Amino acid sequence: MTSTPGGAAAGTATTAGARAHARDQHGRVAPHMRHVPPERAPRIPGQEGPLPGPLTWAETVAPGGYTTAALARGTRLGLTDPAGDACAHLLLHRAGATQERLSVADTVKVPWQAYPTTGHPLLSGFGRVLATVVADTAEGHHDALTGTSTAAGNNARYGASAPFSTTPAGRELLLMGALKHDLTVRDLPPSVSFFQGVRVDAAGRLGFLGSAGPGRSVELLTHLDTLVLIANTAHPLDPRAEFSCSPLEIRAWRAEADLAALAAGELLGELGPEHLAAIANTDSDLLARGVR
Amino acid sequence: MTASMEQLPSTAPALVPGEVLLDQLVAARAPWSAVVAAGDVLTIVDLAGNQAVDCLLYAARDTAVRYSAPETVRRQGGILLTTGSVLRADTGEALMTVVDDEVGAHDTLGGACSKESNSLRYGHHTEHQHSCKENFLREGARHGLTARDLAPNINWFMNVPVDPDGALGIVDGLSAPGKRVAVRADVDTLVLVSNCPQINNPCNAFDPTPVRMVVTRPEPGATA
Repeated sequence: MTSTPGGAAAGTATTAGARAHARDQHGRVAPHMRHVPPERAPRIPGQEGPLPGPLTWAETVAPGGYTTAALARGTRLGLTDPAGDACAHLLLHRAGATQERLSVADTVKVPWQAYPTTGHPLLSGFGRVLATVVADTAEGHHDALTGTSTAAGNNARYGASAPFSTTPAGRELLLMGALKHDLTVRDLPPSVSFFQGVRVDAAGRLGFLGSAGPGRSVELLTHLDTLVLIANTAHPLDPRAEFSCSPLEIRAWRAEADLAALAAGELLGELGPEHLAAIANTDSDLLARGVR
Repeated sequence: MTASMEQLPSTAPALVPGEVLLDQLVAARAPWSAVVAAGDVLTIVDLAGNQAVDCLLYAARDTAVRYSAPETVRRQGGILLTTGSVLRADTGEALMTVVDDEVGAHDTLGGACSKESNSLRYGHHTEHQHSCKENFLREGARHGLTARDLAPNINWFMNVPVDPDGALGIVDGLSAPGKRVAVRADVDTLVLVSNCPQINNPCNAFDPTPVRMVVTRPEPGATA
């Protein structure tokens, strides 16, 4: 919404006029925005049922947009792909100790599973779990192997890669989010992406699985206070010639009781021993810090 | 130069012939590093077979430009490294290229062992054991690198199949005594290696063994 507000027709040549013009814009709603406070967010079509708890983050990320937020331990982070062409390229760093961050190698190696879906732990390189995938209606159409798009790749493919261009690269967007937290390119490890799947054949060749379709969602449960960086941009293996991306909906809410239920096997059933050990390491670290 | 390295006579079995600039033994479990100049070729020799050589690459001019497993596998369309594989940085830049390979497949997914991940994989009683992450941190510190600079790495000679259902794991290796892989530097590249120390892992047949690192400068006009 960039049209001139009608109430400020007096012009912006004076302080009073400019102030009135600026203030007249408050309260507007754009198609892509963070809703502050989050309870002002519209409900996502298909998800109009009772809210699971007070929302702590609600945002519609534009195609080609990025966002970042710090989430408390015990938060449930819901990502939804309403139109079927979203791709959430995600990085997690431990809040306040950002040298601890997502390790995609440990995330696939430790649980003996390359394709994340419900029950998959997203592990840090410190033997702890940053988040667990606790729900997935996208049927595992996700990717922990091929990372996000790069400036070089998008320049070659689309002719542009910068944030706010029409074809931004995921790495450039994640860097924007990282810089907001005083992090640098050295703090950007390989990311995991949701809603656009990749598979490996018997010869090790990559195949693009793409989207499971519109209206799918995935939910992560945070085990630590976590910085979330998300870029919503076309997957680098998307074979379509045109840059294809649609909005990403984010809704997060407090769900601390889910942590104990998950560990007790009452949320998703019994967890693997590696996952349980990662939870034990996480809880032990928090105990040592006096946090729990 | 650490005590774990031993200078050998220049009779190394380099895959790409030329002037031998460096010929060193890396002891079982030990780290190693060197800057390989653009155009020079590093041959890694799996002396006893079935040894995993964990490896990270950095542009020597700017270590923020580092090896990226996702960029490398995506650009080549597959997860396995062999002759022709271009080892790319997360900027997309080519750091090194595999120019010869006697094994046929090397791992890009498994990353390094660490005390921390070992506690998840094998139990907390293994956390006191050697790990590649410790090697990377210690050897990397000699070059000004820190924990922030580590990323998922290459595992030369390590075999990590992905099953149709996504099940993935480190299994017995495809290498054999004396098998070699050769990588040419496309830019001046800092090569950081941990000769995988893990004793709970079939990547080195539960028995870490030494490897040999030979850097050669091919004759002008050579095909490497």
